[in-house]
Amino acid sequence: MTQTASPVRRGGTTGRRQKGPSFLMALPAVLFFGVFALIPLAGVVVLSFMSWDGLGSPSFVGLDNWFRILERDHTHNALWLTFVFVTVSFIFQAPVALLLGVFMAGAQKYRAFLSVLFFLPLLFSSVAVGLTFQALFSPNYGISTALPFDWLPAQWLGNPDIALYVVIFVVGWCFVPFHSLLYQAGVRQIPASLYEAATIDGAGRVRQFFSITLPQLRYTAITSSTLMLVGSLTYFDLVFVLTQGGPGSATRILPLDMYITGFRNFDMGGASVIAVILVAVGLTLSLALNKISGSSRMESDKAGMG
Amino acid sequence: MSTETVKTPERAAEKVVTPAGRPTPNRRKARKPTERPNVLAGISGWLWLAVIILPIYFIVITAFRDRSDLAQSNPLVPSTEPTLGNFVRVIENDFFHFFLNSVIVTLATVAVVLAVSLMASYYIVRSVSAGGQRLFSVILLGIAIPVQATIIPVYYLIRQLGLYDTLWALILPQIAFAIPLSVLIIVNFVRDIPAELFESMRMDGAGEWKILWNLVVPMSIPALMTVGIYQALQVWNGFLFPLILTQSRDVRVLPLSLWEYQGQFAIDVPATLAAVVLSAVPLLVAYILGRRYIVAGLTAGFGK
Repeated sequence: MTQTASPVRRGGTTGRRQKGPSFLMALPAVLFFGVFALIPLAGVVVLSFMSWDGLGSPSFVGLDNWFRILERDHTHNALWLTFVFVTVSFIFQAPVALLLGVFMAGAQKYRAFLSVLFFLPLLFSSVAVGLTFQALFSPNYGISTALPFDWLPAQWLGNPDIALYVVIFVVGWCFVPFHSLLYQAGVRQIPASLYEAATIDGAGRVRQFFSITLPQLRYTAITSSTLMLVGSLTYFDLVFVLTQGGPGSATRILPLDMYITGFRNFDMGGASVIAVILVAVGLTLSLALNKISGSSRMESDKAGMG
Repeated sequence: MSTETVKTPERAAEKVVTPAGRPTPNRRKARKPTERPNVLAGISGWLWLAVIILPIYFIVITAFRDRSDLAQSNPLVPSTEPTLGNFVRVIENDFFHFFLNSVIVTLATVAVVLAVSLMASYYIVRSVSAGGQRLFSVILLGIAIPVQATIIPVYYLIRQLGLYDTLWALILPQIAFAIPLSVLIIVNFVRDIPAELFESMRMDGAGEWKILWNLVVPMSIPALMTVGIYQALQVWNGFLFPLILTQSRDVRVLPLSLWEYQGQFAIDVPATLAAVVLSAVPLLVAYILGRRYIVAGLTAGFGK
């Protein structure tokens, strides 16, 4: 760190030794990031030991919030729901996005046409998507009244047994298009010669998919999976608009639990405890994924040299 | 460059030859059309289209339906007497005002994010001290921080700064949270600029700003496009910050206005959906005009 401070660089006129740009270049980013991201990150830990209703001034209460929140049924429920939400979302989104990406990268005309339309969900904000599906799943004027199938449930978002899965489907509808674009771009970078060689060797379509496409997409898969997993861990917007955590607490995942605890029940200290848990889980998850990706990248480097 | 490369696996992946940034649809690489058609894939593709289109079709036809018509008719059959009344009600309820707020917040945020992230990336890549690498590590940490989790201290901070319920309350924190991913994407491109180019510009007596403007900017266009489009979408669609940091009608942005319309129009579902449709129109226009650039730009920077 000493080097950064010592040379005073004004317009690079004080001698030709220093070659790098001055720290002033990075200063605005550092300021923004420090004030509105790093300080709040520390602040959330501090607030988890404080009592605050959101308006007055916070006061120190020690571990009270932690005990209260960790013993609460809502928290256990939210932790479990979050686990289900993240896992099932991933199991649904990742394969669909991968297959769609491969599909969209195909040369056929109709695929190019379909790809144009597959993008459409990205034009809608989460709130817009939420309101759309709320109407579509309405028991009074929604899809269940339109189609003559008895097995369609009248209640989708109102049924606590299926609400979480309906929400997961809608989240997938919203985010699969972006991830399939990532995979499409990944597939387009695979050298055609690999497929030509495989075809000459008599490898079929399925074989080529598993032996060429899939391994070649591993960096894309890591990028996409990280965004998917960490993203759904903290996902708030759509769930809030669709169900507000209900019915009962059937879809009250951690971020919603945090919002309701903090901004509905005015228990900011308790909400901060939940926030710290979220940060901890999020960090662990991304570090773990980073480790996996790091090791697989080294493997690939070696493979490249061999 | 510094030697502690192990910590940042991202850089190892940079070496792929061409960034897919240029919007040249290169379909020749794909398989030859001579092979037998993949029927299963075709059917699945059209099925997914149905999944994508059905909700959109539903909101569009409902937005043109009269309120009284809603409960009586089949929701998937277009109304026989379509009306523009719903759109009129939405527009009369300050739609364009909320739209303008969204435009201001999005443009301001993205412009600042692009500028400060580019400058920081230049510093990180070209810094001769260890500071660049350290800064990069800290900023990478920011990618792993879930934004939602810091909303309570951000709320506290914004109140303390006297910015609560202003557009600043939306712009400033969103700049901060957009920086990590933006820097990561841009750094990946700036790294690929050959060191000799920097050297020769310096020999010619170019200062930092000139190098930034005449070398770094042109060489990182795909990254800047990705950052611009991706972050603009994020901010344009963002809901949590407006929900928590603003209150009054004056500073309401589009996503929040949709949410408020729903409360305000309560049983007026067609009007709510008309607002939803209207809110997507600007992006639809952008998509129609610049589809190639948007699709390529959205992913180019992520291209490993």
